[in-house]
Amino acid sequence: MANKRNRRIDKAFRITGLLATCFGVFVLIILLGSILIKGVTRLNFQFLSSLPSRFAAKAGILSALSGTLWIFGLTALFAIPVGIGAAVYLEEYGKKNKLGGFIEINISNLAGVPSIIYGLLGLGIFVHALKFGPVILAGALTLALLILPIIIVSTREALKAVPKTIREAAYGLGATKWQVIRTQVLPASAGGILTGMILALARAIGETAPLIVVGALAYVPFVPKSPFDNFSVLPMQIFNWVSRPQKEFTVNAAAAIIVLLVITFILNGFAVFLRNKWQQKVKW
Amino acid sequence: MTNEKNIAIEAKNVNVYYGTKHVLKDINIAIEKNSVVAFIGPSGCGKSTFIRCFNRMNDFIESFRKEGDIIINNKEIYDRSIQVEELRKEVGMVFQKPNPFPKTIFENVVYGLRIQGENNKKTLRETAEKCLRDAALWDEVKDDLNKSALELSGGQQQRLCIARTLAVKPSIILMDEPASALDPISTSKIEDLITVLKKDYTIVIVTHNMQQAARVSDKTAFFYLGDMVEFEKTQTLFTNPQKELTQNYITGRFG
Amino acid sequence: MKIKEKIIEMLLGFCAFITVLTTFGIVYILFSESYRFFKEVSIVRFITDKEWTPLFADKQYGIMALLSGTLLTSAIAMVVALPLGIIIAVYLNEYAHKTVRNYLKPVLEILAAIPTVVYGFFALMVVTPFLKLLFPEISGFNALSAGLVMGVMIIPLVSSLSEDALYAVPKSLREASYGMGATKFQTSFRVLVPAASSGIIVSFILAISRAVGETMIVAIAAGQQPRLTANPLVPIETITTYIVQVSSGDVVNGSVEYRTIFAAGITLFIFTFLLNNVSHFVRKRFKQQYE
Repeated sequence: MANKRNRRIDKAFRITGLLATCFGVFVLIILLGSILIKGVTRLNFQFLSSLPSRFAAKAGILSALSGTLWIFGLTALFAIPVGIGAAVYLEEYGKKNKLGGFIEINISNLAGVPSIIYGLLGLGIFVHALKFGPVILAGALTLALLILPIIIVSTREALKAVPKTIREAAYGLGATKWQVIRTQVLPASAGGILTGMILALARAIGETAPLIVVGALAYVPFVPKSPFDNFSVLPMQIFNWVSRPQKEFTVNAAAAIIVLLVITFILNGFAVFLRNKWQQKVKW
Repeated sequence: MTNEKNIAIEAKNVNVYYGTKHVLKDINIAIEKNSVVAFIGPSGCGKSTFIRCFNRMNDFIESFRKEGDIIINNKEIYDRSIQVEELRKEVGMVFQKPNPFPKTIFENVVYGLRIQGENNKKTLRETAEKCLRDAALWDEVKDDLNKSALELSGGQQQRLCIARTLAVKPSIILMDEPASALDPISTSKIEDLITVLKKDYTIVIVTHNMQQAARVSDKTAFFYLGDMVEFEKTQTLFTNPQKELTQNYITGRFG
Repeated sequence: MKIKEKIIEMLLGFCAFITVLTTFGIVYILFSESYRFFKEVSIVRFITDKEWTPLFADKQYGIMALLSGTLLTSAIAMVVALPLGIIIAVYLNEYAHKTVRNYLKPVLEILAAIPTVVYGFFALMVVTPFLKLLFPEISGFNALSAGLVMGVMIIPLVSSLSEDALYAVPKSLREASYGMGATKFQTSFRVLVPAASSGIIVSFILAISRAVGETMIVAIAAGQQPRLTANPLVPIETITTYIVQVSSGDVVNGSVEYRTIFAAGITLFIFTFLLNNVSHFVRKRFKQQYE
C-alpha cells in the first residue's frame, strides 16, 4: 500500500534527521573531549604565566594571552562606536536615500569577504602605507574592520525592534531626532546591541588568519606594553605549536585551545544570557 | 499670517497627497480656543492624516506632501522658520495605543522637561505631581512613581501619556482615537478628563465612536473620502445634519 | 540646536561611510599590488601554468595549482555540509519535538562559535589519524581531513539559514498539504523545500563562499604543497594557505614574492565576491516571490 510505504519513509526520515543532528553534536563532543584529554594536564599556573620558550615544558601563554586582551580591548574601542554610529545612521537617517542603499549592499558584501582578505587590507594600509608596522594597533584596526559589518547588522536588528509608537511618543513631546535616538531608541535596544557586540568580539578573539597576514609574531618573549608593540595572540600561539612536529608542543597547543575555548564560550554564554534576559524584560 | 483672536488652529485650502494619492481635499476649518472639536468619519477618510498635520507627525512619511496653510499662533506651521520640535511642544499629542516609554512612571511624565534640559529635582517633582493630578492619575500611582510604566493598566497608561503631554505645557492637545484600545470604564475616565482639560487647552480628538464625539465635543467635523463634508456644532450635526452623507453616516447606514 | 543635530548626523554618516572606505581599501590594495605583480608575470601564465613555485629558484606562477586545492577542500566540505545541513533544517523545522529542538539547536550553534584554528587542530590530530585506519596510504596532511572538518564547521550555517527559509513559507501552504493527507516527509520535500528553494540556495552559496575563504583548517591540516590533483589523500595547498605560508615567513615588502599573496588574494576575492552577489540576486528574487 502506498500509504504504508509513505508512513515508513516518513519514519525513516525522522530517524535520519535525528541522526544527522546528533552527528553534529557527536563531532562536537569528540572535538571537545579529545582536546580536553590532550591538554588538560598541561594547564597550570606555570603555563598561564610563562613566556614562550623553545622548550615545551617551560613555555607558556602569557604573552599570547596579554596580546589577546590588548586586541580585544582595542578592537572593541574602534569597532563599537563606529559600528553603532553606522547602524544608527543607516537605520534612522540614511535609510531611504541612494547613498544609504549603496552602503547597505556594500555592508552585506563586506560580511562575505574572507577574513584573510582583511589581513591583506591591514597589511597594505595599516602596516605599510600608514607605517605602523606589525603592531597591536594594526591588528586591532584590521579586526575592527572585519567585525564592523557583523556589529552593524546586529545593531540594526536591535534598533528595528524598538516600536514605532515609542519614537512617535517622544517626537510628539517635542524631542529632536537625536534626542529620540539617545533617550529612547538606544536605551531600549541596548540589550540587543550589547549581545551583538559580544558575539562579534568573541569572533575577533578567535581570528587567526588576518593577524598572521598583518604580521603578528609566533614568538613574542615579552608582554606587550603599548599599542605600538609587536604581539602574538592565543590563536597564533596555537597555530605555531600545532605546526611543530614534537608531541609536547601539541599538548601545549591543546592546553592553549582549552583557554581560548573557555574565553570564547564565556563570551558567547554571556551574550545568550543577555539576550534571554532582555527578551523577558521588554514586553511592549 | 495671523489667527483671529479666539482661533487656535486655522486651516486654509489644505490639500494633502501621499505620492499621487489625494487624501485630503481642500479643507478649510477654524478651531476655537478652549473648545473640543471631534473629527469623525469612516476609516481611511483622512481624519487621522489631518490631525497629524497639526503637529507635523506626517513629516516622517516620505511621500507626504501638503498644499495650503495651517496657521497656529499666527504662523504657518510648515513654514521654513518653524522649528518642528517647538511646534510639537506647543501642540501635544496623545496616540491611539497607549505608548509609555519603558521607564518609570516618574520619568515618563518628566521626559519632555528633561529633553529641554530641566534637571532641577524640585521642579520635576512638582511638575510630575501637578500633571498626574490633572490627568486624574495621581491618586492611583502616587506611591509607585518609580515603578515601570509598563506595569500600569491600559487605561492608566493612556492617562499617563496625557499627563506626559501636559508636562510640556502645550496649548493644544491632539488625541488620535485615544480610547479605542481601552475598556468602557477607562474610556469614560478619559472622556471626563477631556471635559475638564478643555478649560485650559484646545482639544482636537479623532474618534470612531460617534457617541463619544457627541459626549465630549463642542463641534464636530465629518470627513468622508478626503473631504470635510460638514463642520458644525456637535448637537446640530447629530440632530440636524445639513448634508445627506452626514445623515447616512450618523444613522449608521455605512461606515 | 539645528547645528548640533546636523553635526551628529554627519558624524554618524561618517561612521557608515567607513564601511565604504573599507571596500575601497580592499579593492585598491588588491588591485594595485596585483597590477604590479602582473607587470612582471603575465596573466596568461598565471592562469595556464600548472605549477605554483614562487618561493623556489625555478619560479612558476600557475594559480590553478592553488585554486584546485581550494576547490577540492571546498567540494569535500560541501559534500558534508549541504546534505546534512538541509536534513537537519527540515528535521528541526518540521519533525523535531519542541524540547528536542530547544536543546539540539543551541548545541549545534556552538559548532559555529568555535575558532577555526581549533578545527584545524582537530583535523590534524584527531580526524587524520582516524582516517589512516580507513585509508592506510593517506598522508599526514591531506585535503580529505581538512575538507570533512570544514564541512562540519559549516553545517550550522546551512542548517540555520535553510531553517529560516523553511520557516518563512506561509503557514497556509503547509496546512493545505497536510489537509490533503500528506505525510511530513511529503509536505517537507514536495511543498516546503521547493517553496523555500531560493533561501536554501542562498545558504548553499554562502556555504561555498565560506569554504573557499576558510584559512586555518586547511593551513594546519591540508599541507603546503601546491598541486593540480583531485586526490584527497595527498597534501595540497589552497590559496588561503599560501597567503598564510608567505606571511609567516620573512618576505621583503615590494618583492615579487610579496606581491604573489595579493595576486592570490584577488583571485580569492573575485570568487567570493561573485558568489556573494549571486546570493544577493537569488535573495532579491526570493523576496519578490512572497510579496
